[in-house]
Amino acid sequence: MKRIGKQTICFDNPPTILETASIVGPKEADGPMAEYFDQTLSDEFWGEKTWEKAESKIIKETVNRVITKSGIPANKIDYCFAGDLLNQCISSSFGLRELNIPLFGIFGACSTFVEGMCLGSVFVEGGGANYVLCATSSHFCSAEKQFRFPLELGNQRPPTSQWTVTGSGAVILAKSGEGPYITNITPGAIVDLGIKDGNNMGAAMAPAAFNTLMAHFQDTGRKPSYYDAIITGDLGHIGKDILIDMAESKGYNIRANYNDCGVLIFDKNKQDTHAGGSGCACIGTVFSGYFFKMLKEKRYRRILLMATGALMNSTSSQQGETIPGIAHAISIEI
Amino acid sequence: MEPIETPKEYQKYVDKKSPNSPILKNCFNAFWVGGLICSIGQLITYYCKFRGADQQTAGTIVSIVLIGVSAFLTGLNIFNKIGKFAGAGSLVPITGFANSIVSPAMEYKSEGYVMGVGGKMFTVAGPVLVFGISTSIIVGLIALIFI
Amino acid sequence: MEFWQSIDWMGVLKCFLVGGLICVIGQILIDKTKLTSARILVIFVTAGVILGALGLYEPLVKFAGAGATVPLTGFGYNLAKGAIEAVKEIGLLGAFTGGVKAAAGGIAAAVFFGYLASLVSKPKIKKQ
Repeated sequence: MKRIGKQTICFDNPPTILETASIVGPKEADGPMAEYFDQTLSDEFWGEKTWEKAESKIIKETVNRVITKSGIPANKIDYCFAGDLLNQCISSSFGLRELNIPLFGIFGACSTFVEGMCLGSVFVEGGGANYVLCATSSHFCSAEKQFRFPLELGNQRPPTSQWTVTGSGAVILAKSGEGPYITNITPGAIVDLGIKDGNNMGAAMAPAAFNTLMAHFQDTGRKPSYYDAIITGDLGHIGKDILIDMAESKGYNIRANYNDCGVLIFDKNKQDTHAGGSGCACIGTVFSGYFFKMLKEKRYRRILLMATGALMNSTSSQQGETIPGIAHAISIEI
Repeated sequence: MEPIETPKEYQKYVDKKSPNSPILKNCFNAFWVGGLICSIGQLITYYCKFRGADQQTAGTIVSIVLIGVSAFLTGLNIFNKIGKFAGAGSLVPITGFANSIVSPAMEYKSEGYVMGVGGKMFTVAGPVLVFGISTSIIVGLIALIFI
Repeated sequence: MEFWQSIDWMGVLKCFLVGGLICVIGQILIDKTKLTSARILVIFVTAGVILGALGLYEPLVKFAGAGATVPLTGFGYNLAKGAIEAVKEIGLLGAFTGGVKAAAGGIAAAVFFGYLASLVSKPKIKKQ
């Protein structure tokens, strides 16, 4: 593994994404991506008493499923990287407490999924692990409760607001395998262009995505056309437009091959999700469900997967702070 | 588009890029739902007076009935649908005050009946009482000077 | 039957129009300022107290009845009116007891029904 450019790491023996799994909630099950997920739930409690417990169960079952699907016994998995949106990452900690795999709890807001894959692939390539598990989750109800208002409050969601995806995505990275391979990682820096509106997350995170995207192209010398698809996590409809504009202002045209998981997971008109999906599970489930299969079937051969996160909490918003954004990118090739 | 350098430029650009709320449609819905809720209140007032109640008593009964009905509708998971449609139409009448007390109470039931329901009940509506009551005390104190 | 004949439908119409318009002001605030609903409620109740104290809300109540008293501005008006009247009757203490006394029915009902509703029901996701 070696550093190229300012912030990209290029792998000499790229780790393989061995297997993925995804479980989603009822609203996602009504969306256009429904057929690609491993399991869809019919209610958001899934037999649990609280949403927090339900979210823990979702990540637990997703991890169990990816382990079963991969055929690798749990005790052969060396490390686990997991995180979520709830305070102190309780969904992943509580969901994975019986897993008995050394765990790194990570927080990158909605960028956690790719953050975990960045760290995991460095562990694998560096010889520290043969198998690494990365997982993340989010839940509409628990996120609304923590970040916004009670569900039963009769308020209107502004057209810029996004809908937190209920679900979980998990992947297993392996030292050797048949691909798809993680060839490069470009971890991103925090970018804050002063957006304060918690109902416009796409606009808050787009500058960070732009910053990481530019860094990736400069470091690797690649052009947008190198990739079959450039995929961001949860910029939504507004953030997606902003990223296209910003890239164009620097002379990169990403119109043809760029899309966003928040745009893909819901049908904006039918499902009334306003600016699209968001949450850790947005990119987690769409990558695990859809893009991994597309890569396996070689319909896509090179994708740039970039998860975006808004690094705020309800206290910082109440104190009038702006919303810092972050984005981490990985190239996946087969 | 020109490259964006400063937060100010970006905010301006984002404002242009973000869709506005459908304000005409929202106002229309708020108008007729809000008007309807008030009219129901008016009919209850007439009924109380018909049964011999004075203005003050009738007003209190109207508040209690509307609050009771909103609490009931919130509990049945219906109020948030009305609120989504009517916006300020159901928020600004006393129904919105009731909903803002019941909804966190339901939400935090999972944290127990004392600190969950009891403690979180006023997370949204608490400020209304704090500001309303405090201002009324100031008004009373000022009135004291003029009497 | 007698009750329905006793209704002043003109009064209901005035109530509908005024109540509706007060809500429209709230809607414009929501859509134009990005204020949260909690802040809108605070603005309305405080505005009601101040307008009530200045005697500006009273005519509206006379004109529109429940159209002016049912919105939260009416709740504020009630608090102010109660405080002022109590001050007139019992002096200083009235400033503290008058407002809440006038609004006691509403506050107590909200607490009681709120607790009751939370006991018997569970929050559900907005399907849309």
